[in-house]
Amino acid sequence: MRLKLVPDETNWDFFARLPITLGFSGLMLVVSVVAFFVMGLNFGIDFRGGTTIRTESTQAVDVGAYRDAISPLGLGDVSITEVFDPSFRDDQHVAMVRIEAQNEEESITPETVQQIEDALKTVDPAITFPSVESVGPKVSGELVMTAIYSVLAAIAAVLVYIWLRFEWQFAVGAVAALVHDVAITIGVFALFQIRFDLSTIAALLTIVGYSLNDTVVVFDRVRENLRRYKVMKLKEVLNLSINETMSRTVMTSGTTLLALIALLVLGGDVIRGFVFAMTFGIIIGTYSSVFVASAFLLKLGVKRDWSKPDGEAGTQFADVDA
Amino acid sequence: MLHYPLWRRIIVIGLVVLGLVYAAPNLFYGRVETHNDAATAIEKFGATAEREADLSAWPGWLPSSLVNLGLDLRGGAHLLAEVKVEDVYAHRMDALWPEVRDALRDERDAVGAIRRIDAPEGQLKVRIETPAGMPVALETVRALASPVVTLTGVGSNDIEVAGEGDTITVQLSDAEQLATDDRTIQQSLEIIRRRVDEVGTREPVIQRQGERRILIQVPGLGSAEELKALIGTTAQLTFNPVVSRTGDPGTRPGARQVIYPSMDEEGIYYVLEETPVVTGEELTNAQPSFDQNGRPAVNFQFNVSGARKFGEYTAENVGAPFAIVLDGEVISAPRINEPIPGGSGIITGNFTVEESTNLAVLLRAGALPAEMTFLEERTIGPELGADSIEAGKIASIVAFAGVLIVMVASYGWFGMLANVALVLNVGMVFGLLSAIGATLTLPGIAGIVLTIGMAVDANVLVFERIREELRAGRGPARAIELGYEKALSAIIDANITTFITAVILFIMGSGPVKGFAVTLALGILTSVFAAIYVTRLLIVMWFERRRPKQIEV
Repeated sequence: MRLKLVPDETNWDFFARLPITLGFSGLMLVVSVVAFFVMGLNFGIDFRGGTTIRTESTQAVDVGAYRDAISPLGLGDVSITEVFDPSFRDDQHVAMVRIEAQNEEESITPETVQQIEDALKTVDPAITFPSVESVGPKVSGELVMTAIYSVLAAIAAVLVYIWLRFEWQFAVGAVAALVHDVAITIGVFALFQIRFDLSTIAALLTIVGYSLNDTVVVFDRVRENLRRYKVMKLKEVLNLSINETMSRTVMTSGTTLLALIALLVLGGDVIRGFVFAMTFGIIIGTYSSVFVASAFLLKLGVKRDWSKPDGEAGTQFADVDA
Repeated sequence: MLHYPLWRRIIVIGLVVLGLVYAAPNLFYGRVETHNDAATAIEKFGATAEREADLSAWPGWLPSSLVNLGLDLRGGAHLLAEVKVEDVYAHRMDALWPEVRDALRDERDAVGAIRRIDAPEGQLKVRIETPAGMPVALETVRALASPVVTLTGVGSNDIEVAGEGDTITVQLSDAEQLATDDRTIQQSLEIIRRRVDEVGTREPVIQRQGERRILIQVPGLGSAEELKALIGTTAQLTFNPVVSRTGDPGTRPGARQVIYPSMDEEGIYYVLEETPVVTGEELTNAQPSFDQNGRPAVNFQFNVSGARKFGEYTAENVGAPFAIVLDGEVISAPRINEPIPGGSGIITGNFTVEESTNLAVLLRAGALPAEMTFLEERTIGPELGADSIEAGKIASIVAFAGVLIVMVASYGWFGMLANVALVLNVGMVFGLLSAIGATLTLPGIAGIVLTIGMAVDANVLVFERIREELRAGRGPARAIELGYEKALSAIIDANITTFITAVILFIMGSGPVKGFAVTLALGILTSVFAAIYVTRLLIVMWFERRRPKQIEV
């Protein structure tokens, strides 16, 4: 008896409710953009400059007392949050203390760190400081630009690759799906004020890669079916291709999600934001490869004359094993 | 009949075995690390019985390279420093001034009296008494220039000399500034390396980043503050003539003079000539020692030119005080009792033994050529790293087990074969990471977990194709062959696009993000290899033994 996540033969019409699915994507995009501009992103120190100190103690965290201890130092905006994680021991109480940048260029001075640590020790003598990270505003400004460039570069590189391997309509469809995925993921980070830092950018780029992975598999089948069924309507070819690859899509997304959820639950709080972005991105990436990328392809139409399969566009790799 | 040529079988099996052999040391991390540390220690300091014992913890003929653990996993200190290269321009101008002065003095008839006037940092401005003598003055100063010796700066001189009215302005040329920047960074790198090595930690990373930045990562060091203290001290030692001694910090020093506080006498300040007689750069050696009263001190020795300058100065100024200045503080200002010709001397101050030892280390390593500002610093405690490794391990095992079960449940025997390939695949990722000496970071572990999830993708693509071909009524052998053939273009396109993003991450990213990019990229390479070649080989070998009439995928 086999585990079948998807029946062998499916014949679902993925475009029957096109206005609804596209409308849903559009709505999510709008919400994301609004959340981004109204609420803004909760930037970590990588992008904003400043210092985070991780504290750990056997005694319970008293955020108010911590704040009272630090505020006399006059360090400006201080935020203190307690961290919870299933992997912590019972007597392991962790908090993150964040202090805004103190200087226009440099990271924090050793004296300031010492002052903060001393102040917290008066509240809780058992407190330790497993990590102290500080980024000067000069670097954080550059990191923001590098991050934006890398996401744009990834999208551009992918656009060119797909254009070379398929047709431009495929490239536009794939990139629409990518922009959709990245924008909505950023929107979720804004909406729930999840900390957005360098590793989130890494997650976004991985989403770009993954979302594409999915889209390309569907497109590859579309290209094949377009050659095979020369007179079938484009909508039917797309539906057929998505149905044929459905069991693979669900299977791959399923195993990847399985691995990521294990990491999300058990991987510790340090990388939780990173893994969350990736998990969310894979769900939305799978959705978008069908409902955004293929929908765009349907709207844009595609050249049906594949009489010269090895022309400039759409070269296929020769199978070395054949 | 499925065809799989013998030579290809040998290559595939050979590569897998090679990967696993390279991965093997990581299973015995602690033991191999002891072995490697002992090997380094023996090479550096010679063998002892204890080191030999440590060395034999791991057989020498086996590969012993390990996956480096990143700072976030091992704990340690990270600093990003920016070198103020402009400092050096100012030093160069100061050093040029005596030459310019002497050269212009020889032309006194034409230019009249000369005087150095205040100028922006990095420039030297000289006023001459007779503006009519400007052409002669310019020619004289230009004669001091020497050609720049770099590939790009061919044909240009190291200094630019301009005259306006009665003022001559000298500054470094653009080509020379570039060359100087480069030298400054190289020197800083070298000095930081020497200082960090003196502390003797394992595998520090000290590398240039961009034009004028230096990244320093030292695993196992307590905090970034310690690291800062170690490398942030410029240890700029100079010997300056003393003009006066005062208790008033508001004293205005004269032209080309500076006022520095005393290190051990509170409230005492010294007004000094700004141009030093000799600098710490001309030291050849410095050792901690004790003075005649048994207090900690530092002995030093000048090189030949330093010794000559020091000897001449002390001979001319017997009875006058001179100051020993370290990083803008006067350590001591002894009176010159007699000429000191040998070029060696002793620095006494209010040192503890530890301070005198550190000072000697800093002086020996040399002064940083320019000041550094710290743009980024991170300290990660070893316990946090250990917790992260533990959490990462558990998560990876759970993820791995989950994926294995789903594969067998979905594809039966074929899923089993894919699982074997998956296990080999993870082994090969570690083998590659060790072989290229890559660094594993926490996001890197996430990269591996992600690879586990995605590695099955290629197999899934193939298996689903085989299923389709079977449903279309093809025989087992033909279905398998067609399955691989038809899935290939999807596998390649899908993985190349992910690979592109991994490469971009690698180029643009830094630190942990880079670590993620490396594992992701290597994971893609090995998983495609595993799916296309290894799983296929396993299926072919099974098929040849069993020759099933029909198969179920």
